[in-house]
Amino acid sequence: MTELEYEVLVPGQAEGALIVLEEPLSFWGGFDAETGRIIDNNHSRMGTKLTGSIVAMPHGRGSSSSSSVLAEALRRGTAPAGFILGEPDPILVIGALVAQRLYQASCPILVGPIPVEGAGTWVIDCDKSPPVTKID
Amino acid sequence: MLNGEAGPGAQMAMELLTAAAPAARATELIDIVGAHIDGCLYHGVAGLDFARDLAERGARAAVPTTLNVSSIDLIHPDLYRGPEEEARAARELMDAYVTMGCSPTWTCAPYQLAVRPRFGDQVAWGESNAIVFANSVLGARTNRYGDFLDICCAITGRAPASGLHTDEGRRATFHLAVRVPDRLLDEELLYPLLGHVLGQEAGTEVAVISGLDGRADEDRLKSLGAAAASSGAVAMFHVVGVTPEATTLEEAAGGKDPLRTVVVDVDRLNSARKSLEVGSGDLTAVSVGTPHISIRELETLAGLVTGARSKVPFYVNVGRDVLDEASSQQLVEPITKFGATLVTDTCTYITPIMEDLSGVVMTNSGKWAYYAPGNIGVQVVMGSLGECVQSAVSGQVVRGEPW
Repeated sequence: MTELEYEVLVPGQAEGALIVLEEPLSFWGGFDAETGRIIDNNHSRMGTKLTGSIVAMPHGRGSSSSSSVLAEALRRGTAPAGFILGEPDPILVIGALVAQRLYQASCPILVGPIPVEGAGTWVIDCDKSPPVTKID
Repeated sequence: MLNGEAGPGAQMAMELLTAAAPAARATELIDIVGAHIDGCLYHGVAGLDFARDLAERGARAAVPTTLNVSSIDLIHPDLYRGPEEEARAARELMDAYVTMGCSPTWTCAPYQLAVRPRFGDQVAWGESNAIVFANSVLGARTNRYGDFLDICCAITGRAPASGLHTDEGRRATFHLAVRVPDRLLDEELLYPLLGHVLGQEAGTEVAVISGLDGRADEDRLKSLGAAAASSGAVAMFHVVGVTPEATTLEEAAGGKDPLRTVVVDVDRLNSARKSLEVGSGDLTAVSVGTPHISIRELETLAGLVTGARSKVPFYVNVGRDVLDEASSQQLVEPITKFGATLVTDTCTYITPIMEDLSGVVMTNSGKWAYYAPGNIGVQVVMGSLGECVQSAVSGQVVRGEPW
């Protein structure tokens, strides 16, 4: 297996199923911080629960309120466990940083190649190299 | 600031700003001359905890700073139909931002205020439609600032020096070629539908749009940009011959060829409309003014409704400063006589205001159509301002010929 390059935007550890959103999701208006589900009618993964999963998507999208929604989801424990993004997204990053500061909530955000979705558990550990691995 | 010499509030803001800067691909910070804060809209306890923490540490905005909509209409608080506890928290959040020295403008359209950024000004704006308007129409320079980062920039007077703050970041890399019959350029709905397509196609890229002309006025560009920033992460677009950094397609692209071209024809616009319109049924309400209605749009609306009476609830979202101006121009009376409800400081798709959500709601806004079904669970059809008024008068959906 070739070693893939990841850049750490928000450090931390996460473990969970991998959900790859081919289509980027706006957390504000597209994600319900109460239920942890996608609520965007226009999104191909409408209804999918993201809580505790590692969410991968090509980039962020839509409203600048997504930072608040992510921080609130992290406070409630309904948020994804971590993110792998194709491009850096300051809006998600600041949401994770604020939740880390206020609630000691962990939500690592990495930039790098989007893995292929499939069964199994994925681990993000920013202290390891590579930081993204799959355990079966 | 990082050492705390400017106080613990400024220190916290600077710590967060520098931690987030690498995600904005910035290695240094620049000075800004203004900020617009989106974080004052209540999305839960986290936003309130954050603002309180900053305010209690004595943080104050270092540059002139305006505030976006909140969940509560402070001028007409009775319109709010949600839980009391949430209303109280939303009020506390608004107070915290005012304590930090921000102006209580409560509008998503700060570009309609008497003082707005000038060409070339470096600012830090939140609220996706305001960001795209500032960059594209005013020629001011801002990246997409999320909640939290916006106030950190306002407090420090600094922003990460990258992306749309730089010449390089403002160059179009993508060409949207509009090829539709000329008469459609007079159609109000062309602009939000085109915006919806732009958002789908552009991703995070800066686009240059060709095939429009001076009929794309500020209100239409507002509508286009708001729709594009809903369906995509669009923070800036150029319109050849219309917006200030696009005298020609070549100028917009920085002397290079845009990497790719997408043609938008009538079919594409019709399918955009189909994807935005959710459900069909009896008309239960009309909502206009997303982003907040401008004084010119209010003049048009006042003309359309004079002497008529709406059979369904008709909501007009408006900023309090524009409402004051409208009052002084006697535009408010015909609109309220028509039966319309003026909603200030907030918007009908982000907070429980609308009474009846059982049927379809008509709107002239691509942004409202995009978000309202998920946010408040309504069905949506689109219509121009004229069609919105005709539908309200007849009590059923009235629309012109298909394109």
